[in-house]
Amino acid sequence: MTQPILLSDAEKERRKIKADDRMREIMAAYYMEAKLPPKERKKKIAWITSGGPVEPLHVMDVIPIYPENYGAMIGASKMGVPLCEKAEEMGYARDLCSYARADIAAAEVQGGPIGGLPEPDMLICCNNICGTVLKWYEVQARRFQVPLFILDTPITHTRFNDDMRRYVQRQVKEYIGFLEEVCGRPFDYDRMAEVGRLSIRGQELWQEILETTVHKPAPMTCFDAFFHLAMIVTLRGTQTAVDYYQMLLAELKERVARGIGMVPNEKYRLVWDNLPIWYRLRWLSNKFMERSACLVADTYTAGWTSWLPLTDRNNFLGFLGESYARIFLNSGTDLMAENIIRIVKKYDAQGVVFHSNRSCKPYSFGQYDIQRIIQQRLGIPTLMIEADMVDERSFSEGQIETRIDAFLETLK
Amino acid sequence: MITAGIDVGSISTKAVIIEGGRILSAVVIGSGYNARRAGQEALDLALKEAGLQADRIVGIVATGYGRNSVDFAHRTVTEITCHGLGAHFLDPAVRSVIDIGGQDSKAMALNEQGRVREFVMNDKCAAGTGRFLEVMARALEVDLEAFGRLSLKADRPAPISSVCTVFAESEVISLIAAGEKRENIIAGIHAAVAARVTAMARRIALAPPTMMTGGVAKNIGVVKALEERLGHPLHVSEMAQLTGAIGAALIMASSSS
Repeated sequence: MTQPILLSDAEKERRKIKADDRMREIMAAYYMEAKLPPKERKKKIAWITSGGPVEPLHVMDVIPIYPENYGAMIGASKMGVPLCEKAEEMGYARDLCSYARADIAAAEVQGGPIGGLPEPDMLICCNNICGTVLKWYEVQARRFQVPLFILDTPITHTRFNDDMRRYVQRQVKEYIGFLEEVCGRPFDYDRMAEVGRLSIRGQELWQEILETTVHKPAPMTCFDAFFHLAMIVTLRGTQTAVDYYQMLLAELKERVARGIGMVPNEKYRLVWDNLPIWYRLRWLSNKFMERSACLVADTYTAGWTSWLPLTDRNNFLGFLGESYARIFLNSGTDLMAENIIRIVKKYDAQGVVFHSNRSCKPYSFGQYDIQRIIQQRLGIPTLMIEADMVDERSFSEGQIETRIDAFLETLK
Repeated sequence: MITAGIDVGSISTKAVIIEGGRILSAVVIGSGYNARRAGQEALDLALKEAGLQADRIVGIVATGYGRNSVDFAHRTVTEITCHGLGAHFLDPAVRSVIDIGGQDSKAMALNEQGRVREFVMNDKCAAGTGRFLEVMARALEVDLEAFGRLSLKADRPAPISSVCTVFAESEVISLIAAGEKRENIIAGIHAAVAARVTAMARRIALAPPTMMTGGVAKNIGVVKALEERLGHPLHVSEMAQLTGAIGAALIMASSSS
């Protein structure tokens, strides 16, 4: 029932994370290199799913391109609806993931943000994030007439076993064979060890960055994490990501030391579940901020650190299959609930905001059960927001605003 | 101390004036397309009914879908919180509320003070709400007032499988074409609404006694169908439609004192 707080420009500037600008430069340079004509670029391009093992691509000097990161760009630049509509015209169902629809349509019209993605020389698809990627990548493999590698990762419902371990590890060998064939040269295992170390270092730094918000007030919110995430997704395994995250971490630590919080008068600490609503990031961020609520952590950005305990920095390749297979999105409902409970406790949160994401079935399926488990185990209030990460037609502002307000009223 | 609550809903706007826990006046008007004007008009009528000048009102709380348009209100509070407090005022024993308004349906679990412990709300689709029933009444050429009562005369409720407003309307048209009795069709519609709302409401711990609030509480057919589905009786106040506005007026009274 508190009336919204409005910040002055000076106050906004003080709270701004300064590393943001460097992040934009790095991402621009990354896309500019990828968009060079193939002759100038001299490197091959692989399109890869967000949860796909990217490190071997860096070993082979292949530029990884993420249609899902591009999907986020499409959403954030509010180009989702026309592209989704285009895909629907092409015959794809509206129930299909909006990343898939937007990517397929962008390839068809050769448009979208940054004028479309550079054409792939190969496609790498790992189904640890969903089943949709299989058909989506098959569609793109047919369109571009390029080889497709599929890494099949079984879901860990309750326990990961030796059969699963062998199954995914054998596929890692096949993956390397695939890359050697497409790139026409042998795989460099020494370089793999180095890229692996950089990948782990990047993930450790990312984890440390996310953990800065255990401090009160939190130096950033999950809306900031959604932005800085792009680096761990796209440039995981590079020195660039390590350097950038060191810089960001130093800035956040300084904010903690100086007591600068992202949300003025931080009163409520909340956890976000599921992908961001890209076209409403600012709106949502302001809604919570104006009401002194800070989304201190989320399950999504933490997803890129979840394999840290499973890996071995001295034998990265030996654990590659298992660590990718066991990401939290590829696990059963009970394990997902445990993950949220752990996050709530760690960050001392008073509530959980679930985004029931029409696009992302594996993430959204089970949320009502998870909600119930959390209420039973922790007795804290939860909020369900029905929307979509890219397709704005699934967003109802009036209803969502009422829900957020009512939820915060129940926290008092 | 005299306070006012204004509930600007998607179909109707309600205003209530309260003094010391006593309702001085209450009005319901159509919302039309201008939420601010509807809020002002409802308040003016309520003042007139209570025989009061505007300056006697110490505080005004706006709630409902159009709450943020009521710029002369001192505060805005969501209808979820207001329905909880309003229901508690109407019957302090109530521990849960099912509110079906023009475009939303909600269920709330309350504590002993009428504060909302948890709530659940329908998704973007308007199925199972007042607007849905309006569309159905129009398709069947039945006056909305008579719609609820008629369904009680059904001998065999017609099956309506879809609760999407658009698809249900075409199902209803097919049933009309097939010569199904109007009473049975209406009873089928009410059963479909009850099924949808119950499925939603059960996501939270819906402890009895349960009160039904909102404009649709005036529809006896929906009330009966819901009671059947839930397996326990619903408390329906004569002031069901005013619950949100009452809660809003009470918030101002408790915070100003």
